[in-house]
Amino acid sequence: MSQEPAQERVIVAAGRTAAQRDAKRQAWAKTLILYGVLIVLSIVYLLPLYWMISTSLKQTGSEMVIPPQWIPNPIVWGNYSDVFAQVPVMLYIRNSVTVALTATLFGVLTASLAGYGFARVMFPGRNFLFACCIASLMLPEVVTLIPEFILFRRMGWVNSFLPLIVPAPSTRSSFAVFLFRQYCLTIPLELDEAARVDGAGTIRIWWTIILPLSKAVLATMAILSFTHHWNEFLRPLIYLGRPELRTLALGLRAFRGEYQLAWNYMMAVALIMLIPILVLFFLAQRQFVQGIVMTGIKG
Amino acid sequence: MSTSNVAKLVGQPGVVVHRRSGFRRRQELEGLLCILPWLIGFILFKFGPMMASLIIGMTQWDALQPPRWIGLGNFQTMITDPRWYNALYNTAYLSFLSVPAQLAVAFLFALMLNEKLRAMPLFRTIFYLPSQTPLVAAAFLWNWIYHPDFGLANVLLSAVGLPAQNWLFDLQLAKPSLILITLWSGIGVPMIIFLAGLQGVPQSLYDAASIDGAGPLARFRHITLPMVSPVIFFNLIIGIIASFQGFFTIVFLTTGGGPVYATLIYVLYIYLRAFQDFKMGYAAALAWVLLLIIMAMTAIQFVLARRWVYYEGGERT
Repeated sequence: MSQEPAQERVIVAAGRTAAQRDAKRQAWAKTLILYGVLIVLSIVYLLPLYWMISTSLKQTGSEMVIPPQWIPNPIVWGNYSDVFAQVPVMLYIRNSVTVALTATLFGVLTASLAGYGFARVMFPGRNFLFACCIASLMLPEVVTLIPEFILFRRMGWVNSFLPLIVPAPSTRSSFAVFLFRQYCLTIPLELDEAARVDGAGTIRIWWTIILPLSKAVLATMAILSFTHHWNEFLRPLIYLGRPELRTLALGLRAFRGEYQLAWNYMMAVALIMLIPILVLFFLAQRQFVQGIVMTGIKG
Repeated sequence: MSTSNVAKLVGQPGVVVHRRSGFRRRQELEGLLCILPWLIGFILFKFGPMMASLIIGMTQWDALQPPRWIGLGNFQTMITDPRWYNALYNTAYLSFLSVPAQLAVAFLFALMLNEKLRAMPLFRTIFYLPSQTPLVAAAFLWNWIYHPDFGLANVLLSAVGLPAQNWLFDLQLAKPSLILITLWSGIGVPMIIFLAGLQGVPQSLYDAASIDGAGPLARFRHITLPMVSPVIFFNLIIGIIASFQGFFTIVFLTTGGGPVYATLIYVLYIYLRAFQDFKMGYAAALAWVLLLIIMAMTAIQFVLARRWVYYEGGERT
């Protein structure tokens, strides 16, 4: 290299910078096109949500005009308080929260216990049962729906929240069991052993050592479970016949059907239903996405 | 893992060897105790009902009078039931078109999001957002968007000079309209999973291929696709099963199965038979046939997967 004539070296250097400039320009063009495409797609994907928000703020009557008001005129924030006054939104929210919170608490506790058992404790039939747990992920809910309904009707639980809460350890949380097991496998075994030497039993190790170390994955499980129960429609439809028991998901249907609520009010209620989910999502976005990523693929 | 745990403990001073079996038995009991709540739930609400469904499927039962055993009668009825064929066709149409379409869109989005740009977290959130909308809320939102007179969809059509459509109430357009909803609400989760898969492809592979003179297309074809094929496979299986349930909520709240059974899907048909006509036996038989179809489909997918899914470090299927 050092023996090269100086002139040649200069030419090589000049060629390199030209090529570099070309590559840089290409990278710029690529970035620009990419941004363009992404911005257009973002508008497409946000448009329905924008339509929902803007409709919810329109004066009754002005949601039904052609051409439509892209920006509501006037902006009627009062639609939201009107909705609470006109239909029993508050009652339905309370029902939804009751169901979703109890089912989540129950489901996350039992799923973490089971996940811990599958990951850490040796017992006969462990692998077989874990395979059952994974296989049950593939079982569509509708297959078990009818016997389950008959069982709960015989127990007199129809028209109560129990059919939505009691099956939480199995039907809703097989995925959570899997998630927690995968997570447990990453906790150093020495921690268990140290506790065991100190005389702690399996359950106590789970409660005092594993759970405090698993806050991130527990949060992911809780969010998944809460969202599921908050959004659930088919089971509430079957089990909650009495109007005062309706969850918000069921209530939405009643507002359009029984109450003949106008579209601006409907969109307001739909947004009210969306808000807790969005808050949860933004609170735990990073953890949540990572939680799915971590376990979603690596079987 | 836990056996080595025991072995280690036994090797330690202060742990008396003759207590090993007692210790082990206690641990086994505790292990069973750990999974007991899940296990009871599994037996009572998954495995038990699955089997009970088969038995109920062999009866005629309105859930009030005692059931009457009719053997394979329900399955014979099914063969001559035109609605059953409707339900099968519509479900196949919707799932087989919407799931691959969703995956294709989700994959394209993930490819773009995988580029290193500063605003990517924002775009990722925007594309993920619709999937967080509760299906019930989404169903009413789209009812409103598809409103024949004042809906956004027709507003946009007229803006580009196209005639207004009846969307959900049009015999030809009802199913494509439903698929369009899932293209909005269904891509978030597979997109994130794809993105994770793409980020798991080692950069060294791309670098090596570039040195060998592979262009962007060749790298995509020979590195990206094979490396993420397990993720595509995972999304396909989960997506198709989830689509049965997902379409129920949307169809129930938008078209209700109409117009003229054009969107009568399988799960809706089961629901109507069971909880409107109270034909529990027939509905259970329908559900079991669905289970068999899903199992067969999944098995076929697993067999086909050997041809196109690449697993690092050898076959895993």
